[in-house]
Amino acid sequence: MNRPMTQRDLLYSGVEEDLRSTVRKLLCDRSGPAAVLARCESAEPYDLGLWRIMTAELGLAGLLVPEQFGGAGASVREAAVVAEELGRSVAPVPFLGSSVLATSALLSCLAPAEPASRSQPAEPASRSQLHALLTALATGERTATLAVPLSTPPDAAFPGSVRAQDGTLHGRITSVVDLDVADAMLIPAHDDTGPALYTVDLPATGARLDPVLPLDLTRRITDLTLDGTPAHRVVAGPEAVTALRTALTAGAGLLASEQLGLAEWCLDAAVDFTRTRYQFGRPIGSFQALKHRMADVWAEVTSARAVARAAADALATGDDDAPVLVAVAGAHCSDVAVHAAEECLQLHGGIGMTWEHPVHLYLARAKTSQIALGTPDRHRAMLSVLVDLPST
Amino acid sequence: MSGTVTADDLRSRVADLLAAHNPAEITRWEFLRARFDAGLAWVHYPVGLGGLDAPRALQQAVDEELAGAGAPDNNPRLNVIGLGMAGPTILRFGTPVQQQRLLRPLWTGEEIWCQLFSEPGAGSDLAALSTRAVRDGDCWVVDGQKVWTSLAHRARWALLVARTDPNVPKHDGLTYFVLDMEQPGVEVRPLRQITGEAEFNEVFLTGARIPDRARLGEVGEGWRVALTTLMNERVAIGGAAAPRESGVIGLVAHTWRERPELRSPGLHDRLLRLWVAAEGARLTAERSRQQLSVGNPGPEGSASKLAFATLNQTASGLEMELLGEEALRYDDWTTRRPVEADFLGRGPGYRYLRAKGNSIEGGTSEVLRNIIAERILRLPTEPRTDKDLPWKELPR
Repeated sequence: MNRPMTQRDLLYSGVEEDLRSTVRKLLCDRSGPAAVLARCESAEPYDLGLWRIMTAELGLAGLLVPEQFGGAGASVREAAVVAEELGRSVAPVPFLGSSVLATSALLSCLAPAEPASRSQPAEPASRSQLHALLTALATGERTATLAVPLSTPPDAAFPGSVRAQDGTLHGRITSVVDLDVADAMLIPAHDDTGPALYTVDLPATGARLDPVLPLDLTRRITDLTLDGTPAHRVVAGPEAVTALRTALTAGAGLLASEQLGLAEWCLDAAVDFTRTRYQFGRPIGSFQALKHRMADVWAEVTSARAVARAAADALATGDDDAPVLVAVAGAHCSDVAVHAAEECLQLHGGIGMTWEHPVHLYLARAKTSQIALGTPDRHRAMLSVLVDLPST
Repeated sequence: MSGTVTADDLRSRVADLLAAHNPAEITRWEFLRARFDAGLAWVHYPVGLGGLDAPRALQQAVDEELAGAGAPDNNPRLNVIGLGMAGPTILRFGTPVQQQRLLRPLWTGEEIWCQLFSEPGAGSDLAALSTRAVRDGDCWVVDGQKVWTSLAHRARWALLVARTDPNVPKHDGLTYFVLDMEQPGVEVRPLRQITGEAEFNEVFLTGARIPDRARLGEVGEGWRVALTTLMNERVAIGGAAAPRESGVIGLVAHTWRERPELRSPGLHDRLLRLWVAAEGARLTAERSRQQLSVGNPGPEGSASKLAFATLNQTASGLEMELLGEEALRYDDWTTRRPVEADFLGRGPGYRYLRAKGNSIEGGTSEVLRNIIAERILRLPTEPRTDKDLPWKELPR
């Protein structure tokens, strides 16, 4: 790698720390482990009251959105801090689907087309509609999602499961995140011209939503069937491909920060428990066989923090190196989160296997988010191409 | 302690230094001494001791400006113990007379330092060391054996911890000295290690003498002084961000790219995992550096040391398997005495063997995990049987 790399800011600014303490306080008050556990099997698995405060009062849904569209004009760096705190609390809110995936895709659609490309920028008629949707997402008035399986990696081929014909959509997309509470969808589809992105407002004719019983009860997925659903085309051709990839890359990068927050909670919980749990006449955290495992998790979390920050900073500055750092984060942070959650459970012993203890929520979130937006293996395969280490 | 010195002040002081002492016209030592006297050696040190009471973060700009002007540096890699450990310890515990005598030649590199801490019977349990120092009038007489001493064969001075009272618990009976290495009671022997070379030494002390004025800190206070030395062990000497693919991963990636015939699916997966781990470790070290530069050293240093050991061991093992038959050969078994290990310049077999020391030297990975668990995570300590017994009654 001969290209010199820009100096990346891997620390948290004062503003970012202030944002963190505001979000953490809110989540501690409104969405502690007991509250999340109680809600996860209820008729309202999403905490829309909490989401309203996060969006309408704190403007957290619009961090990625420029001020001209009603957003906060912040960046992925700030969104990453929010993602960390959401991971720490496994709060059931549609931040990933609406504020990250759908919002990033919309922003990419609205970005000025490069003059040299033979792409088709967002069609003028739809531009004002897109602006309106983006503003509504930024303020939290509306909620949207990107209709792809949650497991889709950033380098996936443009999905071919939905066909567009005469302004209506036909097809099926499984495991769409946060669709449960969305009132709009961005749908990748193929029409006569090739790949394109469409929007659909919900509820919509011919759109059937089948909620899935998810392993992670704090993050819902839904199977979507479209049978002649009227839709608006937003962009087509390379612009559509770019918008999808941009959204998935931002999603994968921010998921790493969520995984960091999750791993931090798991480590804290394990340390707190083993300090006060007595067996053999001493706190079990005094045994080296146990404390060394927590030290290893601490070292992993420490490296995950540097890696997640690097990905967020590169995404925020639009650095060419962002795809590499996102792939590193996707490969590294999800394994760290799974390891932290698995160790947390084991170090709790029997209580960790009970429904009553919230560690299973973190384990399920960690394991499913390892698969979300590209498995570690898939991210390593992306790196293999990006950094020129081919398999054969 | 940071005064009111600004980056602009330093720039003009650098200009004054260069104007008054043209590096092209004087010897290296003359220039370095002048730089020390101008307070531009280590700007965060006090005035008169090579510094200006300035913020540490300003040092890098001074170094760069002087390097840009073609001025010689003090070759910090040759005197790592002196600069990294002896300097801070003398600054904290030395008398004004000791500081005046020792710090200038230490910084310029005219006097090399080594550290006489570890012993055959005291590795991880350093406080159990048994080298004895017995008072004899104005002097101390020292007998014992030290081990794993880098630079001992070149050192003018040594940092020494010795037992001055065997009748109290081990941490309370130690005293810290500066030992003159150039005397008959000091014998330095190379210590050949598994790589064939001898980076380190054994040091035998037989009736070595130390004047009492070369004591650092009070009698019996040696453990506290030693902790200061050890805490400075991992503070980097300046340093810029390491580029991507630094270290063994760079060699392995290069071989992978240049030699397609060596590739296999299993090795490919391991290579990519290693690449991710190496990039993660690089970013962790970089984040640690950034925290230090804003005056907020984080605990990342311990994480970096732990990760670095594992990484080097994994990478050097993978490198051998990738190279296959070539890795059956070894480059050089002769007993060489390098100032520092030429880790990347030597062959893959050397790297494989040398990397095994990374999880032992400077604190084993197991001790490091205890430190992380107890000091950072605040987990309770193991019950101890050795803390309150007089040293001489400890089982050994």
